[in-house]
Amino acid sequence: MAVTVSRDAPAYDAPVRVASGSRAWRRFAFNPAALTGVLILLIVVGAALAAPWVAPHDPAKQSLLRRFTPPVWQAGGNAAYPLGTDQVGRDVLSRLIHGARISLLVGVSAVVVSVLLGVTAGLVSGFMGGKVDTIIGTIVDVNLSFPQILLALAFVAALGPSLVTIIVVIGLTGWERYVRVVRGEVMALREKEFVEAARAIGVSRPRIIFRHVLPNTVSSIVVLSTLQVAQAILTEAGLSFLGVGSGRAYPTWGQMISLGRDFVTVAWWLPTLPGLAILLTVLAINLVGDRLRDALDPRAV
Amino acid sequence: MSAFLIRRLLRFFVVCIGVSLVTFAILQASGDPIALIMPEAPEADRAKLREALGLADPIPIQFVRFVANAARGDFGRSFFHREPAFPLVVERLPTTLALTSFAVVLAVLVAVPVGIYSAVRRNTVTDHAATVVVFLGQSMPVFWIGIMLMLLFAVQWRLLPVSGWDSWASVILPSVTLGAFTTPLFMRIVRSSMLEVINLDYVRTARAKGVSEWIVICRHALRNAALPIVTVIGLQFGLLLGGAVLTESVFAIPGLGRLLVRSILQLDFPIVQAGVFVLAMTIVTANLIVDVLYVYLNPTIRLR
Repeated sequence: MAVTVSRDAPAYDAPVRVASGSRAWRRFAFNPAALTGVLILLIVVGAALAAPWVAPHDPAKQSLLRRFTPPVWQAGGNAAYPLGTDQVGRDVLSRLIHGARISLLVGVSAVVVSVLLGVTAGLVSGFMGGKVDTIIGTIVDVNLSFPQILLALAFVAALGPSLVTIIVVIGLTGWERYVRVVRGEVMALREKEFVEAARAIGVSRPRIIFRHVLPNTVSSIVVLSTLQVAQAILTEAGLSFLGVGSGRAYPTWGQMISLGRDFVTVAWWLPTLPGLAILLTVLAINLVGDRLRDALDPRAV
Repeated sequence: MSAFLIRRLLRFFVVCIGVSLVTFAILQASGDPIALIMPEAPEADRAKLREALGLADPIPIQFVRFVANAARGDFGRSFFHREPAFPLVVERLPTTLALTSFAVVLAVLVAVPVGIYSAVRRNTVTDHAATVVVFLGQSMPVFWIGIMLMLLFAVQWRLLPVSGWDSWASVILPSVTLGAFTTPLFMRIVRSSMLEVINLDYVRTARAKGVSEWIVICRHALRNAALPIVTVIGLQFGLLLGGAVLTESVFAIPGLGRLLVRSILQLDFPIVQAGVFVLAMTIVTANLIVDVLYVYLNPTIRLR
């Protein structure tokens, strides 16, 4: 497998090693950027979980009399609609709160798909070597040869848009990072004494993989998948911006930007606010992920 | 060197076949394309058309035919425009490549000096500010950047056209949008590549013998950091084209990306397949060139 450089942010390229738990935790907890990230995430996750109770209005309730109400701090604002209303009078704040659900659900589930696939492929590739390794390497190369957003869009459209399709397709576009990391880890560990010792006393191969090798790759996978959730949220937003969302029934941030763009001249807040919601959420995840990597790196002081 | 070239070319062809397989699968994923071409026709007529288009043959035979036709640039006729799909796609490719090139030039112009500066002056205010920009830039959807720039420069201040691709003024906003998406990626790479070399012995030696700081950075450090920078930029090409697709949609640019998005939503599969295939081939070829250049430019590999 010759592809060793990630196409995404080089953040994914940095090696990850395990540091002892409590020290890593202390390093993580005393960092203001990471704490800010955690705080933002708690708010976003809380809003998503409690959406039906914390949203001030029904996100689908239209009111033609209240169309284009600006946010409350602007002239003509209404305290009942703190972030204004859209082109059919729906409450923007409530739609943002409900939109958090789709973003987080798709982001996290897609990453689960990627992790399952990528870790399995990486383990198999690293342990078997030879032909199997070459075949998996080729599949990774092929996967990296497409503009991911376009391929995802084509397959979601062809299969028929639905939440499950979107999750699986986004998951299928992001799995190759885990292959690279896990494969490298396995190849390095394969030669280590403790694995050799286990093999010598007759431990079966699956048992070696799951009891001895996999636990050593956990911290790398945790960091990679945290950062990938951010990517997956951006991809989902891109897909629903381009028009293959999970259906019109439920608001998503990408779809709100897409619809709001048409009214950019009369209602600046419509495309702006959902973008800020994406920015804050993704930024928070990136901050946490980045700090997590530093904290779990034993070579750092 | 030649052994490497042969192995690399072999991998190129294998990947090309893989790319064809995935492109072929797009149509298969949709179920029955005949239902899309003639939605109201009776089953007998559908069967006739299916036979005529070769869609009744076993899948492997269809795939071989697809590859043979694709190699000649034949992807069938667009369901929607009723003309051959491939020329429609090729016609729009230059616009997309132009947009991408402008963005790359902008990104390099900003990212290289800033990246070098923050590596050299590590942990200064400028370095921290650059890091903040990188984090922010990587957390924003590219289409949102575009809309925000549009809101400010076209709607609020009326300095530039809202959309289009017909004058130099209309080219600015899309290029800056895609450039703003690309810059943080490049900046991060430049900074980390420079950090790798800046404390190496030969750079210290150059400094010790009294070479001016400016020359140390440009001639000794940057030269050696350039290789990984070029490689990673080459590998980011797919991400860039994806960004171009979204940017074209925001600014209604008549490029390949916008054609493809529209065709995907209309389920116009010949165009979708031709376009995805052409873009993937562009990326595969770019990667091949980068790999060969890398070996050629890197004496430690070339001379082995």
